[in-house]
Amino acid sequence: MSIPRSLSQLLIVCLLSLLALAPARADDAQAQALLEQLADAPYAQKGRIIGEIAGSGDERARQWLEAFANGKLARVEASGQFVIVLENRGRNWTVADALSGETIGEISRRDLDSLRINNALRGELDGILSVIDLTVADVGKRLAAARDLRGGVDAGSFERIGTLLSAEENPDVRAALEEALAIYRVEALGDIAAVAVLAGSLNTAARAALTGAARSDNAQLAAAANRALESIDQKLKLNNAAKTLYFGISLGSVLVLAAIGLAITFGVMGVINMAHGELIMLGAYTTWGMQQLLPGQPGLALVLSIPAGFMVAALAGIAIERTVIQHLKGRPLETLLATFGISLILQQLVRTVISPLNRSVVTPEWMSGSIMINEALSLTLNRLYIIGFALVVFAGLMLIMRKTRLGLEVRAVTQNRAMARSMGIKATRVDILTFALGSGVAGLAGVALSQITNVGPNLGQNYIIDSFMVVVFGGVGNLWGTLVAGLSLGTINQLLEPWAGAVLAKILVLVFIILFIQKRPRGLFPQKGRAAEG
Amino acid sequence: MTDSLNPAQSWLVRPFAERSTQVFLAVLATAVALVTVLNLALPADSALHVSTYTVTLMGKYLCYALLAVAVDLVWGYLGILSLGHGAFFALGGYAMGMYLMRQIGDRGVYGNPELPDFMVFLNWQELPWYWYGFDMAWFAFLMVLLAPGLLAFVFGYLAFRSRVTGVYLSIITQALTFALMLAFFRNEMGFGGNNGLTDFMDILGFDLRTDGARLGLFIASGVALAIGYIICRAIVASKLGRVSIACRDAEARTRFLGYRVERVQLFVFVVSAMLAGVAGALYVPQVGIINPSEFSPLFSIEVVVWVALGGRATLYGAVIGALIVNYAKTVFTGVMPDAWLFALGALFVLVTVFLPKGIAGLLAGWGTRKRTEDTPAEEATA
Repeated sequence: MSIPRSLSQLLIVCLLSLLALAPARADDAQAQALLEQLADAPYAQKGRIIGEIAGSGDERARQWLEAFANGKLARVEASGQFVIVLENRGRNWTVADALSGETIGEISRRDLDSLRINNALRGELDGILSVIDLTVADVGKRLAAARDLRGGVDAGSFERIGTLLSAEENPDVRAALEEALAIYRVEALGDIAAVAVLAGSLNTAARAALTGAARSDNAQLAAAANRALESIDQKLKLNNAAKTLYFGISLGSVLVLAAIGLAITFGVMGVINMAHGELIMLGAYTTWGMQQLLPGQPGLALVLSIPAGFMVAALAGIAIERTVIQHLKGRPLETLLATFGISLILQQLVRTVISPLNRSVVTPEWMSGSIMINEALSLTLNRLYIIGFALVVFAGLMLIMRKTRLGLEVRAVTQNRAMARSMGIKATRVDILTFALGSGVAGLAGVALSQITNVGPNLGQNYIIDSFMVVVFGGVGNLWGTLVAGLSLGTINQLLEPWAGAVLAKILVLVFIILFIQKRPRGLFPQKGRAAEG
Repeated sequence: MTDSLNPAQSWLVRPFAERSTQVFLAVLATAVALVTVLNLALPADSALHVSTYTVTLMGKYLCYALLAVAVDLVWGYLGILSLGHGAFFALGGYAMGMYLMRQIGDRGVYGNPELPDFMVFLNWQELPWYWYGFDMAWFAFLMVLLAPGLLAFVFGYLAFRSRVTGVYLSIITQALTFALMLAFFRNEMGFGGNNGLTDFMDILGFDLRTDGARLGLFIASGVALAIGYIICRAIVASKLGRVSIACRDAEARTRFLGYRVERVQLFVFVVSAMLAGVAGALYVPQVGIINPSEFSPLFSIEVVVWVALGGRATLYGAVIGALIVNYAKTVFTGVMPDAWLFALGALFVLVTVFLPKGIAGLLAGWGTRKRTEDTPAEEATA
């Protein structure tokens, strides 16, 4: 065929003899022949040749056809060598050898002869390109290609996919392909049998096809499609419920983390520490500081922040206990005021020393991204880590309180201080250690929170009221209560959010707790027996 | 006990017979009169002239003092540490703000005679039902008392009936004001959202921007403080007040003696909330704005530290504390704003650790004739 000489379409060669002599592979001759046919055949026959190239099983076929579809497959006029244009700006184009894949360098566009394509061919090529990945050996690639096909099947590729399906062995790929074919059959052919395949599919294309079918004149088809849609809606509802539950548990675990330290200092020791939120803030700032110390290694910094955040907050806690709280023993309301003063000082300290603005804490790679359960449900990884972290911290605290000497002494001192002292327990030491433990756990919460919220001077304030609510709701002095209260409050909040909005949901939860406390002043799990009278 | 109940005196007259009340009222009246004279009589360039700006500032302090007295009534004489009195203050303020908004009429930016500017801005078509009646002063002033009073009644009824006291009550009062703050931040609530209510013009026909109106509000604040103080003293000196002090010191014992503790608590709590509402209502026209930040838990807890600094269970101590802290705040935030939170935080710590009886306690230590029986016992709140 003749090649018009207009400048915009014409390409001329600059021959690089070295590369023309590149060692030829066994099937290169055949490939070269196919490409030559593609270049020289009239439009009417190009479709057949494209099919041959696609069916040749050559792994480079996709590359060629893609380049062809984009108008980037070209022949060097002088040598007949086929190249793929990598960069087509300016006078000289960067090209790579189509057969070897090696980059050749720049060639004047006047020396190149582009293989031309029309719209009809381009449409056909798109279909073939989507199918071509179905023939590769890698199962993952095949699956991805099969999934992408859903909604993309047309008359041209329908049969080809059918053939590939019969040859396919992997069940996942088969299922995806069957779905893809069924979408086409429902949409274009109105096939009632295919509707059943789509029932329960979460794919949006499948849903669109069914919605279309439900409106069709064929009453039988419409009825079947409606049934299928119902089953999809059912499944979506289930998935949405799972998602809400996940977000609820995730929010709940954050609440548990924030409140669990308070459950120790307030619940077990009876000390109202309004600076608890600022201890959380210190933990978060420790994470930020660690990342500043170890630039480029956010993951390592985060892991190191766990002990560091604990230590920083625990030391701050000891300082607070020694300087203020020990002087206010037995005066809870005064303790509340004094620790509130400390929280103001700590906030302002961070504002003055570091910055009043939020600091950004980097999320390490292994914590970002999400796990996809199915097409309607994916779980973000950082939240998943925090849920796990909250549970680990909780279990650790449980162990300390139940199985260690310290835990035993703490329980003894809180139940009867005088008696415990007369048994030889150093009550003051227990006070310090318990407070340090509760504060340290607040620091751990801060490390975790730094991953999902802004690290700023107000971080603690945002959590202090919530934390007290969780502890009071769960029942003071009861770690299990705190866990249950945190998780359930988080879930309630998430359940309310869709129809009430985030702020109103929060208000409703607060009102709910206020009313709940009236009904059961000692929380969900009140302490029984002697401890209750303390 | 130096001033045992004298049955010959009616409970309303009794406060005037007390030395502390006489001194307090005399000092207050003198101060207000002095400021008024110095503002009106002296020319603006005189060294002793009190500018209208200062008058308004002092009027604001007097409102805070009334709020502090209200908090002291429940904390000092009932043993209830309310961390949510800012909510009652703000509700009173909002009731007054709504009246002032309606007084603007069609002089607003959008010139709508019916709707306040922010509603026009939000494309509201008609006035929400709870705004009805606020164009009438008597209704609005009634609401200044009723809105906080009703909230305090419902909240207190539920809380005291189930015997929620001590730290628990403190925490849920804080949650209450926090929830209200979140609610008032919402535009959908119809209270101006984030910006609150502002751009006021008239009160009772007087232009708020004139010096005369500002002086009038200052005097009104002084009068309100005096009346509030007398009401509190009357309650404290009455039999009811005695029972309430008994509740503070030994709740269970009082109950076993046959007193309906929750009723006493509810009554005092509601009165205190209403006083706070009045303080808020006088505060708003003087500062010219009311927004949801008045609901912030920080503000409410700040009020408590005024009382703690002044000395709880003295009433006049609350006034002293409010004046000192707020004057210090004005100075600090002007000179070095960063240091204010440090100073306030340190104040919290120092007062609670080193000055449990506050400034009033110091005064009582100096003057032997000061009465001390009203200071709470050490374990009062345990």
